[in-house]
This record gives sequence, structure tokens and C-alpha cells, in this order.
Amino acid sequence: MDNTTSNNTIGIVNYGAGNIFSLTAALDRQGISYGMVNTEADLEKYSHIIIPGVGHAGAAMQKLRQTGLVDAIKALTKPVLGICVGMQLLSDHSEEGNADLIGIVPIKTKLFDKTLGIKIPHMGWNNVNFTNNPLFTNVKPLAQFYFVHSYFIEYNPIFDIALVTYGNKFSAAIQKNNFFGVQFHPEKSGEAGEQLLKNFYNLTI
Amino acid sequence: MLSKRIIPCLDVKDGRTVKGVNFVDLRDAGDPVELAAQYAQQGADELVFLDITATHERRKTMIEMVKSVARQLNIPFTIGGGITEIADAEALLNAGADKISINSAAVRNPKLIEELAKAFGVQFVVVAVDTKHVDGKNWVHLNGGRLMTELQTETWIKQAEELGAGEILLTSMDHDGTKAGFDCDLLRKVNDSINIPIIASGGAGSMEHFTEVFQKANVDAALAASVFHYGEILIPDLKQELSRHQIPVRI
Repeated sequence: MDNTTSNNTIGIVNYGAGNIFSLTAALDRQGISYGMVNTEADLEKYSHIIIPGVGHAGAAMQKLRQTGLVDAIKALTKPVLGICVGMQLLSDHSEEGNADLIGIVPIKTKLFDKTLGIKIPHMGWNNVNFTNNPLFTNVKPLAQFYFVHSYFIEYNPIFDIALVTYGNKFSAAIQKNNFFGVQFHPEKSGEAGEQLLKNFYNLTI
Repeated sequence: MLSKRIIPCLDVKDGRTVKGVNFVDLRDAGDPVELAAQYAQQGADELVFLDITATHERRKTMIEMVKSVARQLNIPFTIGGGITEIADAEALLNAGADKISINSAAVRNPKLIEELAKAFGVQFVVVAVDTKHVDGKNWVHLNGGRLMTELQTETWIKQAEELGAGEILLTSMDHDGTKAGFDCDLLRKVNDSINIPIIASGGAGSMEHFTEVFQKANVDAALAASVFHYGEILIPDLKQELSRHQIPVRI
């Protein structure tokens, strides 16, 4: 696929939750064009939207609210991809900071259970068991992606498009209509991650 | 299943990788970007860059290098060396580093761990510990093992975890450079006492040593330098070998 002929452009929601250098570098390597979303009007400029995010979900939500973009994001009908904390923001609520989130996908973000004998954070490469979803086109079955997080999105068969096991099973990726979320970092997940970013960029809804 | 990670460590001075690296197909063995890309290609799961620059230009040079690496590399990497304050860490984060590793600065000022974790999240903060066995106990050492502290290794690591370390990089100075294998006993003991990931370092000489450290100490990752740089162990071979021993790896 030659991305350079595509008219698609990704808008990255620029709300100050974590560093986006790695994400823009990964898009650059794939020849994917992108720009920054700072205002509601900016959301109109792009065909696809990415909500990045690293750090504390409650704090990230607070920063997102400060941009005044929450309602406009909720109303989007174009493809949206939340990455890591950006994915968690799509859910109803996080145990991290007991925070109410955007609430596009009616599920919850929970803290890993130490009593399962697992280390927290969940850090490293883990196998992702994905369903037949365009986000995972041309990704090898059970491919590994890079995770680093202490909170996870509960498994719900209605929205789950990829499962991962760490202590318990949880969602590595979710979808509700045009809204997608991945818990892992595609920008740090080698070839599998690059393929996923390309797939998102080429999504039509 | 979560894979065990294999991590090559690169020493960097003035923005250039040092120590003999003899990959045949490198145009410039001192170019950290090219070397990093080569390791990623081979299947390294993560990289650690250790800055040993001693000049005033250190920070600026390092930031430029981190940016170049982040532009090219599609796997995570950690930067260590010379990080003593929040501003150092923040500059590295903004340049694209996934984690930073602090060693002596954390020993001198343990609150730094807490401050970094609070500012950037625990996942960003690796606490590196150099340990040496003296009179039947394990002691934290600084300055590449030359300076003994009054901290016992196990106690310090527990404290680092409580303060907000997201990961521990434990180097046995007794084993480092010997190529006689990792210090599995100590690693096992420390690993059993903490609830954050631990990277084993010091002593890797053969593929069996990696198998051993994962089987005996159940560490989350193993780090080595010279065996990888000199091509004595190729990462694809190592991963196959580990896989044969039912150790989960990314292939």
C-alpha cells in the first residue's frame, strides 16, 4: 500500500498527557501524514484522530477537559484511536484517581490485582489474541505488542477486539463503532505495531 | 504470555557508542542510531544506552542522540547516566526516551525516585543498582563498583520499589565482565522480594547463562553488552535456544 497517495491525515489530540515524539516518529517512518489537534475546529481538518496518553488516567482526563474538546470528541464519526491511557479515556471510569472518563465505551478501567502473583506494571511484550478486525489486518496471529501499564480495561465481549492475558484476561484492544482503543504501544511494537498504525490510517468507516 | 526480554546495553560517549563493536555490516560502528536499528532488526526487545560522557556538553549531545534514536527505533529504549534532577529526565522524555535509569543519584537522594515517579509515572523510572558481595553480604556500590555504600542491596531495592521505581536493573559487580554467568542466587532472592520487573545484568558469557537466569531466578529481562557487541551471541539464536527451554520469548 502506498500511503503517499492517500488523502488521509491523522490528527493527534494535543492535550499534554505524555510525550508524543515516539508516536510522530513512528508515523513519519510509515509515511503517514499527521497534524496536531488543539481546538474543536482542528478536529475537522483530519480524516482520522489519535488520542495518545501516558501516565495517570485521572490527570490525563483533567487535561483533556481543560482543552474543551471532550464533547466534540464524543460526537466524532470518523475513525478514532486511543492509545494506552488514550484508550482508557474512552471508558466510563478508571480506578486510577477514581476518575470519570469520556464514557464512549461503557466499560471500566481497573487496577491489576497484586494477589494474582503478577508484577505491576505489566511491562514488556505480550501475545495479543485478536478477532477478525480491520485494525489487525496483516498482523500475524498472536503477534506480540509492547505493553507498559498498571491499569487495564475489563474484558467485555461486546467491545473486545483483542484479548491479552496477564494475571487475568483483559482487553488489549476495543472497538465501539468508529472508536478504537489499544492498550499497548503500537509506536513501540516493532513491525506489528507499524502494521497496526497503517491499518488505522487506511480505515474507512 | 508475557515474554522474557533480551536487552543489549550500549555505552555512549559524546553521542557515539564506545566499546568494540564488530558487526560486520555496520557502516559506522560508533553510530548509536545504526547500531540500535541493527539490534532491533535482530530481535532485541529493548535497548539500554548508558551515557559515560564526562563533559559539560553531555546533556545537549545526549538529547540529540536520543532524538535520532527515537526517530529510527521501533522498540522501547532506556537512557541512563548523569540524570540527577527532574529537568534531565524531562528533557529525555521529550526527546523520545521510554524510560530513564538512575543509579548513584538515587542513592544520594532517594526522594528523586519519588519525584520522578510522581512527575512521569513509575513506568518511566528504572533504578539501577550495582552490587558487590563483601563479608557475606551484598552491598550497593557506586562509581562502577569502586565506592562501597552503607546500603545493603536487598534493603535498598525494597526501598526503591516503595519510593516508586517501576523496574530494577541489578548488576552484580562480582560477575560483571567474568562471562561466568549471572548471579542467580542474589537475583532470585531480590526477585522474590519485590513486585516490579527486574533486569539481570553482569556475567553473561553464553546462551546457557541466559537460560539459567530465567529458569533459576525467573527475572523479567536479561541485559548484556559485550557478548552481543562482539557477535559471540546472536539474538535470533539466543531466542531460539530460550524457546527450546520453554522460556517465553518474542520471536
